[in-house]
Amino acid sequence: MSRHFARGSLGRFIVVRLAATALLLLVLSFIVFGLLHLTPGDPARNLLGPRNPSPDAIAAIRQKYRLDEPFLRQYLLWLNDVVHGQFGTSIRSETPVTTLLADRVVLTLQLALMSFVLTVVIGVPLGIAAAWRAGSAFDRTVSVSSIVGVGAPSYAVGLVLLYVFGVWLDIFPVYGSGDGGLDTWWHLVLPAITLAFGIGALAFKLTRTAVVGELQQDYVAFAYSRGLTRRQVRSLVLRNALIPVATSLGLVFGFLFGGTILVEVTFALSGIGGLLASSVTFKDIPVVQAITLITAAVIALTALAVDVLYYAVDPRVRARGLK
Amino acid sequence: MKRPPFTPLIAAVPLSIVAVFVIGARWFAPNAAEPDIYTGVTAPGDAGHLFGTDQLGRDIWQLAVAGAGSAVVGPIVIAVGSMVLGLLLGSLAGYLGGGIDLALSKYADLLLAMPTTLVALVVAGLVDGGYWVTVLVLLVLFSPTDIRVARAAVMEQSARPYIESARVLQLSRFRVMFRHILPNVLPIAMATMLLNVAFALVAMSGLSFLGFGVGPGTPDWGRQLSDGRDLIGQNWGAVVVPGLLIIITAVAINLMGDWLQERFEQRGAQR
Repeated sequence: MSRHFARGSLGRFIVVRLAATALLLLVLSFIVFGLLHLTPGDPARNLLGPRNPSPDAIAAIRQKYRLDEPFLRQYLLWLNDVVHGQFGTSIRSETPVTTLLADRVVLTLQLALMSFVLTVVIGVPLGIAAAWRAGSAFDRTVSVSSIVGVGAPSYAVGLVLLYVFGVWLDIFPVYGSGDGGLDTWWHLVLPAITLAFGIGALAFKLTRTAVVGELQQDYVAFAYSRGLTRRQVRSLVLRNALIPVATSLGLVFGFLFGGTILVEVTFALSGIGGLLASSVTFKDIPVVQAITLITAAVIALTALAVDVLYYAVDPRVRARGLK
Repeated sequence: MKRPPFTPLIAAVPLSIVAVFVIGARWFAPNAAEPDIYTGVTAPGDAGHLFGTDQLGRDIWQLAVAGAGSAVVGPIVIAVGSMVLGLLLGSLAGYLGGGIDLALSKYADLLLAMPTTLVALVVAGLVDGGYWVTVLVLLVLFSPTDIRVARAAVMEQSARPYIESARVLQLSRFRVMFRHILPNVLPIAMATMLLNVAFALVAMSGLSFLGFGVGPGTPDWGRQLSDGRDLIGQNWGAVVVPGLLIIITAVAINLMGDWLQERFEQRGAQR
């Protein structure tokens, strides 16, 4: 066995995790596929509309989308396509799923990225500042507000913000994704703030807890007693405390990608979240499958990337090896 | 972190009001769901409606009072149900260990690895079996957290001296588990449960906001919020009233849960 696959090595770790991710995606896709079949409602009928469709028309559509095959065979055929990079054709819009998703994935990524930047730029520094002055009025105020941020749901916060800044003060656009370029970024400001409100509060809590925990370590007292300045001690503390924070932030990015669904619906953005919600109602099997898998894969791969990053930045993890 | 002691009191005020809504809706807002198409949308203050009316001419405030029930009852059932499930399975795993522990932990891992929002939306949306099926779906998705919490708490307790003495006295496993360990695990389980009510409220209202779980026309905060979205230019009440009710309730429950968790953690550590 090569050195790269020894116990605790990075290579082995990545391979094992990739296999676990593939397994998770397989289970998830099977559950979704099974549910689509077990539940009432027929996409062929949804497509033909409320008029009484002819049996021939239904049969033709069922054949085109392979709905007439037995369940397991349908699943295996679908799986075979996915392995070959084909996500099939949307039943509702009759366009290839990859084409349908291409633009929307970009918008969702833009939204996730913007709120992630807001989260990091606001949540983390506030957490550090609150931890330096733990117990002060500033700390208490921000901490209580963070409970509001963690507790309040994005769709409700989003609509209240939409009313205040979109309708009442008329600063931001109310609906839609804009005409591309800068206009799109401008349309994403309120949605991104909405998402970052909840996740930034989470980032604040994580950062504050990590820094407070680090400040209680013995080496901090020792460093002070050796006469190190406050500045020097703080830079030591930050180096140690921010490693777990960075890890959690990576996981937060994964959550963001899943959390965009509600925000996209709230602000009528044409990302993949909004598409998922309407495709579920329509039972547009290929689209639901593709979005579920892409989102789950992004979340799982971000978690993996974070762990690898952990290995790269933290010498203690390198020494101990990965599990 | 030390928080002012009046936190639970402040949180209790909105929660009591919501409780009054849930219990008293049939008296305060008996005809809330009745459409009045002649009125249509009106702005707040018009025609004796404090927060105006929606597309169907229904009074926004009455509708919100009537919607408290479906917004709150389901989440409570989810939180209690998943805690019972979690305590049962978690204590089995934590106390007995071995194969049962491994199987249950793997099951919890699998559910936790799934992106919850996404799975809840896809499963609840596809099954689309109405309110109680959605409750059941969320209950299953919430249970792994509770299994973990219960398992960790039980394992932590069973290593303590008083359990060792109970074993020395040759009390039955059943008796040790339910008479001695469980009462000490219960407080932390209660705090987790309260926090779960808040998460479940956000999740359920989110699903009904997307149109799943409650039928059109049913009074429900999430549903009302999504209906109100289309009226944002005509009647701000249609968005602000259900929106703030969801926010205030969720935050109040969170404050309460956080406060309880901190208190119990301190107490549990001293035992």
